Amino acid sequence: MNILQLENVSRRFGGLVAVDAVSLDVPANGITAIIGPNGAGKTTLFNVISGFLTPSAGRVIFCGRDITGLPPETVAQGGLVRTFQLVHLFENLTVLENVKVGQHLHTQGGLLSALMRFRSAHTEADVEKASLALLEQVGLVPQRDLPAGVLPYGRKRLLEIARALAAEPKLLLLDEPAAGLNRNETAYLASLLRAIAETGIAVLLIEHDMSLVMNIADGVAVLDFGKLIARGTPREVQQNAQVIAAYLETTASSHA
Amino acid sequence: MMSSRASIWAKARRQPALLALWILAAVFIAYVFVTGGYLTTVLQFAAIYAIFVTGLNIFMGYAGQVSFGHNAFAAISGYTSAVLTANYGWATLPAGAVGLASALACALVVGYPTLRLRGHYLAMATLAIGLIVYEVTVQWGSVTQGYMGISGIPPLGVGRWSVTSDRAVLACLIVLAALAVLAAAGIRHSRLGRALVAIAGSEEAARALGIEVARYKLIAFLISAFYAALAGSLFVHAVGFVSPEVYGLHMVVLAFTMLYVGGIGTVAGAALGALVVALLPETIRTLSDYQDLAYGAALILILIYAPGGLASVPRFWSSRHGQERA
Repeated sequence: MNILQLENVSRRFGGLVAVDAVSLDVPANGITAIIGPNGAGKTTLFNVISGFLTPSAGRVIFCGRDITGLPPETVAQGGLVRTFQLVHLFENLTVLENVKVGQHLHTQGGLLSALMRFRSAHTEADVEKASLALLEQVGLVPQRDLPAGVLPYGRKRLLEIARALAAEPKLLLLDEPAAGLNRNETAYLASLLRAIAETGIAVLLIEHDMSLVMNIADGVAVLDFGKLIARGTPREVQQNAQVIAAYLETTASSHA
Repeated sequence: MMSSRASIWAKARRQPALLALWILAAVFIAYVFVTGGYLTTVLQFAAIYAIFVTGLNIFMGYAGQVSFGHNAFAAISGYTSAVLTANYGWATLPAGAVGLASALACALVVGYPTLRLRGHYLAMATLAIGLIVYEVTVQWGSVTQGYMGISGIPPLGVGRWSVTSDRAVLACLIVLAALAVLAAAGIRHSRLGRALVAIAGSEEAARALGIEVARYKLIAFLISAFYAALAGSLFVHAVGFVSPEVYGLHMVVLAFTMLYVGGIGTVAGAALGALVVALLPETIRTLSDYQDLAYGAALILILIYAPGGLASVPRFWSSRHGQERA
């Protein structure tokens, strides 16, 4: 069964076609990776899926529902939660509070409950307990009361993932989660992503780090110049002539 | 698990410097109570501004938006209170309630379209609102009596009881200011407050987590307008007089100074800033000719050595210690 279906999704910026008629099915379990050279349209595709951009053409179906053109907050309410290529933390909140914000959709309470603490103390305790459990999962409990802005980069990435998990996604979109991580951190991330996938959350990620993708992805899709040029298991994709050409081309041009 | 009240107490114990500051403020207020005199009036003024700035802090400090126009809501509420009591003989409480309601209605009408603007555009739109309301209070002479202002406004009171002595008015205002700060603290540590601070941190990330950004900005705008309106009405009943200058651009400048000196975004900062900035001219009055210079120099020094405001000094300390522990 597929949790996400893209049907001929295109996105143009003026004359530039960033995403060109991409059709892609993302299965409801396991880890799917989208790879491709720089400028292949991966992040644009992510922005279209998560509602930050409307597609110029095509449809996005999530859990059998057409979510094309819905705003990001509505998409998130449906259970599709994303992270960002450049980490977007709430730097002025503490580490713990960041994860608490993640639970926004699954908690209640506005101004009245903010002012009447007796009634909200109970739910607040639940929020705190759930947030601590998530921090435990990413190893950030000792830093819980630090402002998120002071964390080292690798830990910011982990916190962003914990915060996204707090929103209880059905599908988790990760935009280059390993960017800027060292080898140890990448290995830790790999095991974390496997653990997330095993809890039944579908994971769709964009990644540059090929070794990470080959290690953890169940399926891989390759984008080049906005077009989907290959789809398969990591091994199949690795041996695909078109994929090799696309990657060699960029290596050659970046050396030039 | 800690309730938020317990956590405020725990925080106070972890931050002895902040606690000491509050004790100092309390001792000073008690001193003024006993001695009375001119400082009572200064503190009344500080308490009213503490309410105004605490509200502004929810919109600007928590949610990270900009408003140069909250004086408009103070003016609408204050003038409604003044006109209904002085010209039509209403009691203070219902007049104040109508004042608050009209200010909130205006904030809703104004906030809905303008909050779609960002940054400079929002700042300009709010500035315009403040100027428009100011012009109305000047020009609509038949109701507001223009620059002359309205006098003979009855004091604060409920039913047959009214608060007349300077000390009693001060006590009332301080209780209200304390409640206003406690409410702001409650908001900050709730789901609502976290959503607001999240919007200030990253609108994109907030939306990606399902937070309806436009709606929450409007809520913050309305809450801060309520605080502004409350301060506006309290002013006319505490002083017994109102004129357009009370809610002029000067109010905006003063509120901004208090907000930044106290510490924008912190819970205690707004009230602390109101107290310090209200008292500063009094402490340097002896310098006579040089007092404006000293006032400016004091503000610049505070902002150089405590760029996050006075309330952030202890937090800066404890976060450095916290980092060493982690």
